[in-house]
Amino acid sequence: MTELSFEQSLTRLEEIVRVLERNDLDLDEALRLFEEGIGHLRTAGAALKTVDARVQQLVEAADGSFSVVDLGA
Amino acid sequence: MASGRTSGYGPSVPADASPGSAPESAIAVHTLTAAAKDVIEGAFPPLWVRGEVSNFKAHRNGHWYFSLKDREAQVNCVIWSSAAKRIPAPPDDGMEVLALGQMTVWPVRGDLQFSVRALEAAGDGLWRKALEQTRLRLEKDGLLDPARKRPLPAFPRRVAVITSPDGAAMHDIITVSRNRSADVELVIIPAKVQGEGAPESLVAAIEQLRRWGDADVLIIGRGGGSREDLWAFNDERVARALAACPIPTISAVGHEVDVSICDLVADVRAATPSAAAELAVPSRREVVARVDALGKRLAAAARRREDRAIASLSQVQKRLALAAQRVVERRRGKVETIAGQLHALSPLSTLSRGFAVARTPGGATLSSRNQFVPGAPFDLWLRDGIVEATAGTNRPLPDGMTSAPAPMDDTTNPTRA
Repeated sequence: MTELSFEQSLTRLEEIVRVLERNDLDLDEALRLFEEGIGHLRTAGAALKTVDARVQQLVEAADGSFSVVDLGA
Repeated sequence: MASGRTSGYGPSVPADASPGSAPESAIAVHTLTAAAKDVIEGAFPPLWVRGEVSNFKAHRNGHWYFSLKDREAQVNCVIWSSAAKRIPAPPDDGMEVLALGQMTVWPVRGDLQFSVRALEAAGDGLWRKALEQTRLRLEKDGLLDPARKRPLPAFPRRVAVITSPDGAAMHDIITVSRNRSADVELVIIPAKVQGEGAPESLVAAIEQLRRWGDADVLIIGRGGGSREDLWAFNDERVARALAACPIPTISAVGHEVDVSICDLVADVRAATPSAAAELAVPSRREVVARVDALGKRLAAAARRREDRAIASLSQVQKRLALAAQRVVERRRGKVETIAGQLHALSPLSTLSRGFAVARTPGGATLSSRNQFVPGAPFDLWLRDGIVEATAGTNRPLPDGMTSAPAPMDDTTNPTRA
């Protein structure tokens, strides 16, 4: 499975919660979904922990390549 | 009007043997018109003239030609391409305008000509017209179709910002973004947002973003200003570049009344640069709250599912116990039936119907009078107990009541539960 973005992870988590809240799954399926949900919850929680405030400026070199440099704002 | 002026060709004309004073010194036509041009230009300072536009023609080379007229007179006008570029839109015939220009002579034709460098129409007519024309062209190409509007990403990693690096807009966007979420990166792509070359600079910045392609959403804008200051955001080239931007766009052109063309083309319009930052950057606090809420719901749903599993398990247990009990009861019923049948066969049941059995104290059944010895003790077994008795004399049954031959099954054990 490819790594999901924060947004996809959260969307999937919402879906899982909704399905689980319907409370009509067999136990195996419910447990499987619950485990998957916990995984997404961890992913989302980890993503929220990265604090990395940066303001940068896009710089295009003469050869057309790009770089971003800190503005130090 | 030119009388009294002494500059230019004035002094040389009346001089002796001066050019054109005699057939021999006749001057060329172009000398005449050039002289007239100099005189006229020297005589008139730049003036604002009020009139109605007629016979407007935009030449392919970018120059505009028309007449300004009122009820009694008219004058030929020209707007050179360099000046025309600064006018938002060409005027329409019949439009009342104010033109700032210089009276001159067009030497080639020898005509008087008013060379206009600024043009204003009543009620901002030219600005409106320019906006409307641009809007119609973009609309015709489908660029204003609401179906084109893309949703903004809910959680952008990187927000590109095209604005002036020294404007208030950039400061506002940085401040608001940081307050909302510390982990969203801002990448500034500096551009000139007003004055000469601003549209080109904005287009170049958008192009740069398109080639770079590593941002999730674009904010393009500037703080408030005069209509002229904001005009670059009404430029068709900027609008088209913005429409072609591969990522969702937010336009934030600080203005009061009019909606800019960029606002119409962008996926989302924000009233100010700060508002744009709020739209682009999700509030970290809200996201954390949302994730927390989801975690709680997940746990609650799991708990409910667990409760349900436990409940159904205990229900199964109950049903199992019930089924087991039924089996036992059925068996007990069967046993009781058999016991009942057995009981019916027992001599004791005969006792319950009111009969008595005589037995020796040793327990042998006395079923014939011959077994009784007068004066001997015997026990009389009844439904509810035993009575000790003593045998008297005996006699046979009256006639007609003879029983069947003496029963011999005295081995039946009447003792049972």
